[in-house]
Amino acid sequence: MATLEIKDLHVSVNTDEGSKEILKGVDLTINAGETHAIMGPNGSGKSTLSYAIAGHPKYEITSGSVLLDGESVLEMTVDERARAGLFLAMQYPVEVPGVSMSNFLRTAATAVRGEAPKLRHWVKEVKEAMSDLDIDPAFAERSVNEGFSGGEKKRHEILQLGLLQPKIAILDETDSGLDVDALRVVSEGVNRYKQSGEVGVMLITHYTRILKYISPDFVHVFANGRIAESGGPELADKLEAEGYVKYIGKAEAASVG
Amino acid sequence: MAVTTEQQQHGLTAHSHGGAEKVGTAPVSSRADHFTSFDVNAFEVPGGREEIWRFTPMKRLANLHDGAEATGTATVEVKASEGVSVETVGRDDQRLGVAGTPGDRVAAQAWTSFTEATVITLPGDAKVEPTVVTVTGAGVGEVAYGHLQVHARQFAEAVVVIDHRGSGVYADNIEFVVEDGAHLTVVAIQDWADDAVHVSSHHAKLGRDATFRHTVITLGGSVVRLTPVVTYGGRGGDAELLGLYFADEGQHLEHRTFVDHSASNCRSNVVYKGALQGEGAHTVWIGDVLIRAAAEGTETFELNRNLVLTDGARADSVPNLEIETGEIEGAGHASATGRFDDEQLFYLQARGIPEDQARRLVVRGFFHEILLKITVPEVRERLEAAIEAELEAVGV
Repeated sequence: MATLEIKDLHVSVNTDEGSKEILKGVDLTINAGETHAIMGPNGSGKSTLSYAIAGHPKYEITSGSVLLDGESVLEMTVDERARAGLFLAMQYPVEVPGVSMSNFLRTAATAVRGEAPKLRHWVKEVKEAMSDLDIDPAFAERSVNEGFSGGEKKRHEILQLGLLQPKIAILDETDSGLDVDALRVVSEGVNRYKQSGEVGVMLITHYTRILKYISPDFVHVFANGRIAESGGPELADKLEAEGYVKYIGKAEAASVG
Repeated sequence: MAVTTEQQQHGLTAHSHGGAEKVGTAPVSSRADHFTSFDVNAFEVPGGREEIWRFTPMKRLANLHDGAEATGTATVEVKASEGVSVETVGRDDQRLGVAGTPGDRVAAQAWTSFTEATVITLPGDAKVEPTVVTVTGAGVGEVAYGHLQVHARQFAEAVVVIDHRGSGVYADNIEFVVEDGAHLTVVAIQDWADDAVHVSSHHAKLGRDATFRHTVITLGGSVVRLTPVVTYGGRGGDAELLGLYFADEGQHLEHRTFVDHSASNCRSNVVYKGALQGEGAHTVWIGDVLIRAAAEGTETFELNRNLVLTDGARADSVPNLEIETGEIEGAGHASATGRFDDEQLFYLQARGIPEDQARRLVVRGFFHEILLKITVPEVRERLEAAIEAELEAVGV
């Protein structure tokens, strides 16, 4: 039973104007088998939360803790976190010129699984996973994310999710920029992952539309660097109807994140 | 790749577009006026402040620029398949010197000082197996001069690997005569021992519709300065100049390409990529392209990218494009020097890949497009292994 515990997390980012606090005490526990939707306006700090958990060097943890099955994630390097079972599907996946997708996937799978997957099984596994996400097999030989459309990048994030099978997956606005078909394909990929084992999902989104495909057990409204309200799926319906107005004062509306 | 715009490193200060523009304190003269001669005495002994020498550590040249006499001989071995003619000829052979004229004092010194030249003639209208030329330096502290000519006859299709190894000081000229319609692929490897000093000029003359692919790989040596020059003897010529270099602590690796577009409807593409690591590692890339008034329909692009892996290394990169006619297909250049892209590292690490492995993936990826074009499998494998060894040396 995997558990991700975030306790009183404070995170700052260094800007030209000095250090700026973005997360102001986040508390959240995600257990295996649960899907938590984190919803909030732009600039509320949702992405900062995901990057801070993954260990992006730009963000500084000033206080609080993040534990995965009781182990402090914040003590780990970025790659150790991934090998411990954390996965971040990024909003803007990075292009890595000259490194083929197939080489990248195999290197990552080898690192996460602790041994190189048997070649014959691996080829089949990747082929099926790509086909499930309607990814043209030719992408395997292309450089990682290079020249991919937004939708292609997101499909490849979910491809990695399926192949690396983390304990906890954080999906950072995976739905943004997707058309209806792509949204369906990507959501099905996430649901396959959910059904594949005792895993937890943190689904960060600005819109409620992805929740029609991926049903959350909990919905949290994120505003001004912390969770402002938590509830069940019905909270999403309320947000759909009323928007975020209630949660943002004018002062916070312009904050970065 | 992150792009830094440090003016000094990036070379923007000495960056000229078009012949009319003059940048910097020293007047930038047109490449068209560049002096050439077979006579070493026609060149003044350079002091190091001259435009073409200003990046070169003159003190480490073992006086190649100031009349150093030969004390030894470099060994030249050629492995060629049937149909390829390999000759050792004297200075008086009338075929020598047709591809180009020395453009600096060391090249003229090499021309004046060599005693024997190697001439390789590739048969016309035929495809032959790769020819491998191995040049081994004269030994530590010894000075040697050399001359090599590779002549691809009409419609020849051939690959020539020129592999420089060993110790010593070596200056030479290499000629590539590419006749009409011939396809010549050259891979020139500088994999010298740590003490070696190598100053070399490559002169390529392309006939009508000739295709010339020239790949330079510079890994070893204390000082390596390579000057590849391409000229066109007829329309439709196509030159691709590729380069890969990896400079370690204290190494000076300098590449100065010049493509002289004097005929119409010719094409050139220059791509040089380098990585640097360690204190005092210095690389220089000067990319001159001149499109003369007669060279209508020219298409040219040049690119230089440098990846600085550690502190204390320095990459200079200066593209120069002079255009004397507006009737061209296209012309452009790009140059960038950067450090590791943190976002790339983060992305790879976020997938569980340890940092050292992630760095290697990025560097390998950086060189990939050059290595991909090396069609001789043994050469490619050897270079991949050499790059791997370079990366292991600093634990990147």
